[in-house]
Amino acid sequence: MAKSLAELKAIREKKLNEINLRHGKNGYRVVVGMATCGIAAGARPVMVKLMEEVQAKNLVDVTVAQTGCIGMCKLEPIVEVYDSNDEKVTYVHMTPEKVTKVIEEHLVKGNVVTEYTMTVVDGKVIDTTVKA
Amino acid sequence: MKELSLHILDVTQNSIRANAKLVNLTIFESIAKNEFTITIEDDGCGISAEKLQYVTDPFVTTRTTRKVGLGLSLFKAAAETCGGYFEISSELGVGTKVVASFMRDHIDRVPLGNMPDTVVTMVMSFEETDLIYEHNYNNRSFVFNTREIKETLEVTSLNEPDILQWIREFIRDGLEEIMEEE
Ligand SMILES: Nc1ncnc2c1ncn2[C@@H]1O[C@H](COP(=O)(O)OP(=O)(O)OP(=O)(O)O)[C@@H](O)[C@H]1O
Ligand code: FES
Ligand SMILES: [Mg+2]
Repeated sequence: MAKSLAELKAIREKKLNEINLRHGKNGYRVVVGMATCGIAAGARPVMVKLMEEVQAKNLVDVTVAQTGCIGMCKLEPIVEVYDSNDEKVTYVHMTPEKVTKVIEEHLVKGNVVTEYTMTVVDGKVIDTTVKA
Repeated sequence: MKELSLHILDVTQNSIRANAKLVNLTIFESIAKNEFTITIEDDGCGISAEKLQYVTDPFVTTRTTRKVGLGLSLFKAAAETCGGYFEISSELGVGTKVVASFMRDHIDRVPLGNMPDTVVTMVMSFEETDLIYEHNYNNRSFVFNTREIKETLEVTSLNEPDILQWIREFIRDGLEEIMEEE
C-alpha cells in the first residue's frame, strides 16, 4: 500500500506537542559535515542514524542538520554538538555505532564521549589547536 | 562515490550553499534506451560565465579551507567513464543545472543506491528549501514534492524524525512500485 498524506497528517497531529517543544532553546543542535569529503567518508549513514536515535530516544529538544566544510577532510565524517550556550564538541571519524554512544552518553546524560572527540584520533592525542 | 545517490546528495549540497529556494531532481532511467540520466536544477545564486568554463576542474572551489573542489569533477568523471556525458549550465542570479548521463548497463556504472536515505539527508539539510524529485523508470514515474507535504502539514520545515521516517518509507515504496516487474 502506498503511503498517504492523510496518514502523515495523523502522525503529525499526534506528535504536535512534541514538535512544538523541539523549537525550544534548551536543547542540543547537532550538525554533520556534508562537503564531498564528508559524504564520501560516510556522512549520510551517520546523519540517518542521528535521526533514528533522536526519534527512538524521543529527544524532543535535539535538532540535527548539516554543515558545510569543517576544514578537516581527513577526520570526516565529523559531527559537531552545540549546547544551548553554543559551546561546541567535535566528534571525528564518526560511524552509526559511535552515534548510538554519543546520543546515549552526551545528548541523554550530558557526558562528552572524549574518546571520539577531535583531541583523540585513533587512540592518539592530537593537536587540539587544529583550526576549523 | 560508491552510489549515484551519494553524488546526488553532494551536488544538491552545492545548491544549498548557493541559497537555492527550490531544487528539482529528475532521474530518467530507460532499459530500452540504455540510459540513466540525472538532472539537478536549482534557483540559487548561479555561476558566472567565466567561472563556468573551469568549474569541473578539480582545482576550482570557492572553499577557503582547501584548494580543490571535488564534487562536480567526480560526478563528471563518473558519467564520462560510463559512456555518458556531463553538462553544467548556469546563469548568475537565476540558477544552475547539472546533467549527468550514463550508459545504464555500463560495467563501471555504480548503482543508484539508497535514494530514501539520500532524500531524508537532503531534507534534513534543506531547512526551508524545497525539493521536487521525479523518477522516471521505463515510462513509469514517481514524484515527491516537499511543498505538497509542507502545505498538508502546515509547517515550514520537514526536519522532524516522524516526518522524515514517513518520507523515507514514501520514497522506498514509491520507487519499488515503479520498478516492479509487469
Ligand atoms: N549549484 C551551484 N550554484 C552555484 N555555484 C555552484 C553550484 N555548484 C557548484 N558551484 C560552484 O562551483 C564550485 C565547484 O563545485 P564542486 O562541487 O566541484 O566543489 P566544492 O563544492 O567547492 O567542494 P566539494 O564539492 O568538494 O565539497 C563551488 O565551489 C561553487 O563555487
Ligand atoms: S572539504 Fe573536507 S572538510 Fe572541508
Ligand atoms: Mg560541492
